[in-house]
Amino acid sequence: MTVTAEREESKSESKKRPALPDRRGYFGEFGGKYVPETLMAALEEFEDVYRKVRRDRSFRAELDDILRDYVGRPTPLTEAKKFAELCGGFRLFLKREDLNHTGAHKINNAMGQALIAKRMGKQRIIAETGAGQHGVATATACALLGLQCVVYMGEVDMARQELNVFRMRLLGAEVVPVTSGSRTLKDAINEAIRDWVTNVRTTHYIIGSVLGPHPYPMVVRDFQSVIGREALAQIRKKVNMLPNVAVACVGGGSNAIGLFHEMVKHEGIRLVGVEAGGRGPKLGEHAARFSGGALGVLHGTRSMILQDPFGQIAETHSISAGLDYASIGPEHAYLQGIGRVEYHDCSDDLALEAFHKLSESEGIIPALESAHALGWLLHNGSSIARDAVVIANLSGRGDKDVPQVAELLSKTHQ
Amino acid sequence: MNRLKKLFKTLAKQERCGLIAYVTCGDPDVESTPRIVEALQRAGADAIELGVPFSDPIADGPVIQAAAQRSLERGTTTEHLFAIARRVRGRSEIPLVAFSYVNPVMRYGAERFAKDAAAAGIDAILFTDLPPEAAGEIREICRRNGVATVFLLAPTSNDKRVAVIDRASDGFVYYVSTTGVTGARRELDPALVARLDEVRTRLRNPLAVGFGISQPEHYEALRDHCDAVVVGSAIVRAIDEGDPAGAAERAADVVRRILAPVAV
Repeated sequence: MTVTAEREESKSESKKRPALPDRRGYFGEFGGKYVPETLMAALEEFEDVYRKVRRDRSFRAELDDILRDYVGRPTPLTEAKKFAELCGGFRLFLKREDLNHTGAHKINNAMGQALIAKRMGKQRIIAETGAGQHGVATATACALLGLQCVVYMGEVDMARQELNVFRMRLLGAEVVPVTSGSRTLKDAINEAIRDWVTNVRTTHYIIGSVLGPHPYPMVVRDFQSVIGREALAQIRKKVNMLPNVAVACVGGGSNAIGLFHEMVKHEGIRLVGVEAGGRGPKLGEHAARFSGGALGVLHGTRSMILQDPFGQIAETHSISAGLDYASIGPEHAYLQGIGRVEYHDCSDDLALEAFHKLSESEGIIPALESAHALGWLLHNGSSIARDAVVIANLSGRGDKDVPQVAELLSKTHQ
Repeated sequence: MNRLKKLFKTLAKQERCGLIAYVTCGDPDVESTPRIVEALQRAGADAIELGVPFSDPIADGPVIQAAAQRSLERGTTTEHLFAIARRVRGRSEIPLVAFSYVNPVMRYGAERFAKDAAAAGIDAILFTDLPPEAAGEIREICRRNGVATVFLLAPTSNDKRVAVIDRASDGFVYYVSTTGVTGARRELDPALVARLDEVRTRLRNPLAVGFGISQPEHYEALRDHCDAVVVGSAIVRAIDEGDPAGAAERAADVVRRILAPVAV
């Protein structure tokens, strides 16, 4: 889509709904800026520069070129007939973010933010990563644009995503193991924020999801909204209608917001976000923030958070590192609150089943994260009409998960 | 007049730079914290910051992180903060400032927290991750209940923010000495003293300086440029370096050492 067409679309949208976030960075009661004072100036600068580049033709052209010729956009929309039969027989289309360069949707945002960092004159980039996909995407953007890159990653995640650790190092990034707390994504973000507080004058922090203080949830959403924009254009071309249902997995929620953003205004589309149900409903065994969480503040934003009765952040569990996080993007909390998006969860086992079934039926190995959206369809597909058109976001490819799944299989076979 | 206002008035009259000592509640255990506070006061501390342990302390360096983790592992909760404050208040009028991340307070309920804090004799609260823009409601609730709110200023705060933060604070303004997390540092930021002099002329509140301050030389360098210094990680580290029975004396030694005249 051209820059002008996009602008017109967002204009007509703003007439119907108030533009969110508001000027203070809130989506209703969620969002905001809850950070140490040291970071406030950097957040203001980032927001100012972002608002300028958003309207800047040369910036959009530079990003569009990279997305087309380097990332490989637009990504295809693939009909998955055999997998759809396993779900109950509706028409299922997969938005193939797995076919992006580096293997997931994360590159859409990493590229955009790295270009902004360059415009701000910040030569050093830091990032956190859970599954490693955002780390790889950021390392890639930095290699392309000649920026220094440091990625924080929990030790537990480094072990389960060894391949991505190696990829980041090949790309010239420094990967710093985080050994505090649960040694997963939450702790990697803590460490990245500490680095940023220390080096804020020279460093830009590329947050990988629709999380963190304002303006991050807005910036990341905007860079990811290309997913839904393409998907709508593609589905109209294929079936000459809007989809009835759109489904995406939700960790922080960037691939889901990316798919949903352009669809929210079409009230007829049923939007479904799928959280990690893990091993069960007990606190610590899952990452289902809506069923198990409470309003709170973590990592700069006010949202639904898994925590104990005294406000200590709970540990979480998911088979997929990318969904294993105690908080959820504030815009998701808002969309849930107003009833526009429904959120469900999918267990480790069901996600694993979908992982196998998509591989066998379609020849596509999904990321374990994306497999949660597919798992929900497998389990709940019978509630969807047979003539319905469904889009599922295949947010990433499963190559990174193959060693982990192989290990799980060898355990169950013993 | 509340204890904090009284303290800064006294310090001004005496032309003395105060020392505020930080301890993490419940480290090494809840019973020790009031004893540590009393020892710190005897050693010369003018006010105490009671750190509320949090699972994800993004503004803290490794020393205070580890203390928070130890404390939480022993089962410290927000309620223990009030128990500790009441115990101290039973025998001392030293000003107490709660030092917390915003989530434990939100979860406890801001209104309930402010009421319990006031009842326990806590004079003020300082949030590490709550700039004044996001604090509106909590600030009002604290004020209504007689608990002052202290906000942080950083080296990156521009003139506009200096004014906003000063307006939002009562009691004092806490200047973060350097960009970074808490933790003892060998050297002060070379630009610090000039910056303090500049900022101080524009504040109506007294000015305290913290983060990294751990040496007698630091106190000596800063004493004419602010109303108080805050010493945290150096104390927390001393508490951890030895048996729990000696924690209070080790903490007090840090304060005595910093306040001792520097040999020229």
